[in-house]
Formats: sequence, C-alpha cells, structure tokens
Amino acid sequence: MSAPLRPYRAEPVWVPWLFLSPFLLTFGVFLVWPLVQSCLLAFQQTFGPRSTAWVGLDNFTFMLGDPLFWKAVRNTFIFAAGSVFLQLPLSLGLALLLNRPGIKGRAFFRLIFFAPSLVGLVFVGLLFGLLFAPLTGLVNTVLHDLFPSFNPEFPWLQVHVMPALILAALWLYVGFNMVYFLAALQSVPPELMEAAALDGAGPWDRFRHVILPEIMPVATFVVLLSLLGSLQLFELPFVLLNGAGPDNRGLTIVMYLYNTGFVTGDLGYASAIGWALALLMAGFAVIQRWFNRRQEA
Amino acid sequence: MTPSQRRFLQLAPVYAGLILFGILTCVPFAWLLCAAFKNNADIFASNFLPLGDGFLGVAWDRLTVRHFGRLFGDLGLGRAMINSIFLASTAALLATFCCALAGYALAKFRFAGQGFVQSLVLAALVIPGPLLLAPGYKLLFDLGLLDTYAGLLLPGLAPAFGVFLFRQAMINAVPATLIESARIDGAGEIRIFFTIVVPLVRPMIGAYLIIVFLGAWNNFIGPQIVLQDSTSFPLSVAINQLRGLYGTDYGLIMAGTLVSIAPVLALFLLLQKEFISGLTSGAVKG
Repeated sequence: MSAPLRPYRAEPVWVPWLFLSPFLLTFGVFLVWPLVQSCLLAFQQTFGPRSTAWVGLDNFTFMLGDPLFWKAVRNTFIFAAGSVFLQLPLSLGLALLLNRPGIKGRAFFRLIFFAPSLVGLVFVGLLFGLLFAPLTGLVNTVLHDLFPSFNPEFPWLQVHVMPALILAALWLYVGFNMVYFLAALQSVPPELMEAAALDGAGPWDRFRHVILPEIMPVATFVVLLSLLGSLQLFELPFVLLNGAGPDNRGLTIVMYLYNTGFVTGDLGYASAIGWALALLMAGFAVIQRWFNRRQEA
Repeated sequence: MTPSQRRFLQLAPVYAGLILFGILTCVPFAWLLCAAFKNNADIFASNFLPLGDGFLGVAWDRLTVRHFGRLFGDLGLGRAMINSIFLASTAALLATFCCALAGYALAKFRFAGQGFVQSLVLAALVIPGPLLLAPGYKLLFDLGLLDTYAGLLLPGLAPAFGVFLFRQAMINAVPATLIESARIDGAGEIRIFFTIVVPLVRPMIGAYLIIVFLGAWNNFIGPQIVLQDSTSFPLSVAINQLRGLYGTDYGLIMAGTLVSIAPVLALFLLLQKEFISGLTSGAVKG
C-alpha cells in the first residue's frame, strides 16, 4: 500500500448536458418549434410560406364539409382495415409455421420473408406499378397464360385501386410483422404448451387459450404499429398510382395533406389536416392502452 | 415407419406452406431481376427470361445491359446514386453518434432534470411525422435551408427513437463500475465514451447504423419536399421523376428500380443478424 490512492473524480455536472445537446437542440428547433407553428398555422390560410392570413376556425369547419378530406379518410381506413385483417393474420400464421418445433432453415425463411421490408415504399410502388402494368406486367401475363380469355390489357390500377395497394403492402410488411410475432412466440414457455397438450388440448385450444394470451401484449402492439403506419400512408399510392389515382380512389390523408400544402400551397389547411390525423392516431393509441389494461385485469 | 419419417410427414405441410410463401415473396424480385436485362421486345414476349435454345432453354444472348448504360450514361442516375450513398451514410453516422451520446447520458448519469429529458424523448416518439411536414417546410424556408442537404440532415440529427434504443441498450450493457474506475484512472469523459462505452454496445451501433441508413435511403417525402435542384436528388426522387418522363420504357424503369434496391438488399444480407436483433430488442419490450 505504498502508492497513495488518487482522489475519486466525480462525474462533472455539465457532461450529460453536453452529450444530450444534439438531441435537445434538434428537439427544440425541429420538433417543438414546428409543433407550435403547426398550432398557429392551423388557424391561418397561406399561399406558400410567404403570405399568410388568419382565418380562425375556418380550416376546421371547411374540413368537416370537405368531400375530398372524407374520401381520403375513407380510403385510408379501408387500407388500414386491409392491413389489420389480412396482413397481420397472415404474419401470425407464418410465424406459427416457422415456430413449429423441429423446423429446419428457420433463419433462412425468416430472411426471405423479411427481405421485402427493406425495399422503400417508393421502390415498392414502382415495382408493383410494373407488376400490374397492362400487357407487360407479370399479373396480367400469368393470368392470360392460365386463362386465355383474360384480357392482358386489363388496367388493374384504374379498376382495382385499393386491392392493388393492399396487395403491395401485404408483400412489403408481412415478413416485417412476422418477425415481431415470431419473437413473441419464442418467448412462450414450452412447459406451458406441454402441460396444455398433456391435458388434452387440441391445436386450436392451445392457440386460443395458451398462445394467444401469452402473445397478446406484442400482438396489440403490432396492431397499433400497423394502424399508425397505415394512417400515415403516402408514398406507396403516390408512386404506384402516380398521384391520387382515378377519381381520387387512392387519395390518402397524408397525400391530401401533401397536395394541399405543397401543390396548392396552403400550409394552413395542411396543418389542420395534420392535426386531424394526429387526433385519429391518438385515438387508436388510447384504444390500444384501454384494451391492454382490460386484458390484464 | 421410423420416427424420423413420421416427423417428416407431420412437418411436410408446414414446409409446403413456408416454401409456397417463400416463392411468392421472391417472385417480384426475380421478375424484376430478369426484366431489367431484357430488351423491349422480350419484355412483352416473355414472363421471366426470354426463351430460346441456349443453356436451360434460355436465350442468354438476347439479354442486354443497355438499360443500365442509358441510366448511368445520358440520364445521369450515377449522380443520384452518389447522392443517396452520401445522404444515407452521413445521416446514419450522425444519428448513431448523437443518439449513442444522448442514450449514454440518460442511462449512466444522474443529474437534475433527467426525468424531464426522458419524458421529452418519449413525447418525441409519439408525435406523428406528417404533422410536422407543413410547419417544418416553413421553418426550413425561414432558416434558408430549403434545397440544401443540411435542411434534410439536421432534423434527423438525433431521432428520439435512437436515443431511446441506446438508453435501453446501455442500462444493462455498460457496468457503472467500469466507468467509475476509468474516471479514477483519469480518463476524460469523451475518451471513456469512445474506448469503453462504444465497444460494449457494438451490436446496437451496427443495428442502428443500418436502420438509419435504410430509412434515409428509402426516404422519399423528405427530399421530395426539401430539394428542388434535380442534380441533388437521391435515387428515390430521381427514379420517380424518371418514371414520369419515361413511364412506358419498362426496361429502363425496371433497371432503375433494380439498382435502387440492390444495394440495400446486399447490405442486409451481409449484416442481417445484427439488424433483426436490433430491431426486435428495441421494440418488443415496449
């Protein structure tokens, strides 16, 4: 014990604030400030960022009677329903298949199913635009090969706008959501499954009474993520349909916000639409929390 | 029947389902890959590869790279690709560095106002992005950052999602005693961060780099709104413009889509383990 211990140096007070400064600065400048601005803008009418005029509640009263806004809401909800009722059951089904004991090549299949979710929405839009194209698209050429009476010039993106969008999103997100379900399934205790099987529970009973309650927190989280993502749908229809599609059948809430703010130049009404969207999203988040709490009780 | 045969028969339908869905997942990729190399006549004439009398009944000699030649030649897509690489890697490096720093501060320091900052992070997580589009555009206009890369990169400098991920990762992965003993040994705070903290959360750093890189590479609405000069466009915006101009030149658009998604798929194949573990570790706990 000859060498004297160096005095203990406490952590300096300014260090955490220095480390947090990039976050705090961008939070203040690019989040809080625009958020405040957005509250103000929602009560203004603008023509581009330069000229603005106060209009009180006009944006909101106009919105309530704006047929295009409601059309966008309706389209967005149809898409969200497609995500929740088609995509997620398929994701869960695939996860259940992959989670079967004794399956080989699990990592390989997971990799394949997951790969589409790396492709950006813009590129998925382009790819499916080509797949659904008349004469050259794979959808029409295969259908024509199988059923020679099928018209190879059938314009999917003119006739079946929503199914095309939902199918493209299905390809993109099924594997992504499957990864979450698979992680949840892998955390179900195997003893629980064995006990249920010993008690004579069939596959459906085991799914309904053992697996489903165990994965419920993750499942409601994935449903919420999927709903919130669907509500913010923009790029996929924007690129796939090259705009809102025939008769605005592919117009979504965020696309309407984009068109209003950046094509028409009314950042005020665009902000009001943004608040309506935020309200819808908050509503779904509240429902999810309420549902989870009821499950736990 | 031996037990292993029985086991196989039980699992056969499961494998059939998995393989069927795997093929359906791959078909769009395979079709795109084939179509990008076909001449315009073969795009109309064949589904995948053009049929002929070459090896495996495919007319290999009819395949062409002229779509790529046009894209990178007179259409200048090489510029867009360099822009994309620059934007995505800069965004990834900046965001990972800033988020790791902030996450470290929240996970391993005790200071007045800590709880407040943590609730700010959580609040930032739930603010919907589209709400900020219109006022964010106005802000960039006021700051003179429209049509600059700074206007695109600065708002994403330290995303709350990343701060949250790194805080979660560091709470358990970084022992406080290690930091204390480094301080006693006289190491500076910045040095502690780089030599002790960063190596301990290396997997998280890898995962987050890829997450941000992918997000920036695939980002469309940001550059579409912020950038005006077409020489500064990344691939996402440039390709969509190209489609507007040459929409019926299917081979060209397919080749362009292929070069836009091939780099991220290759990156993912190289780093998939880190990516998937990072993705689920951050989200499923919530």
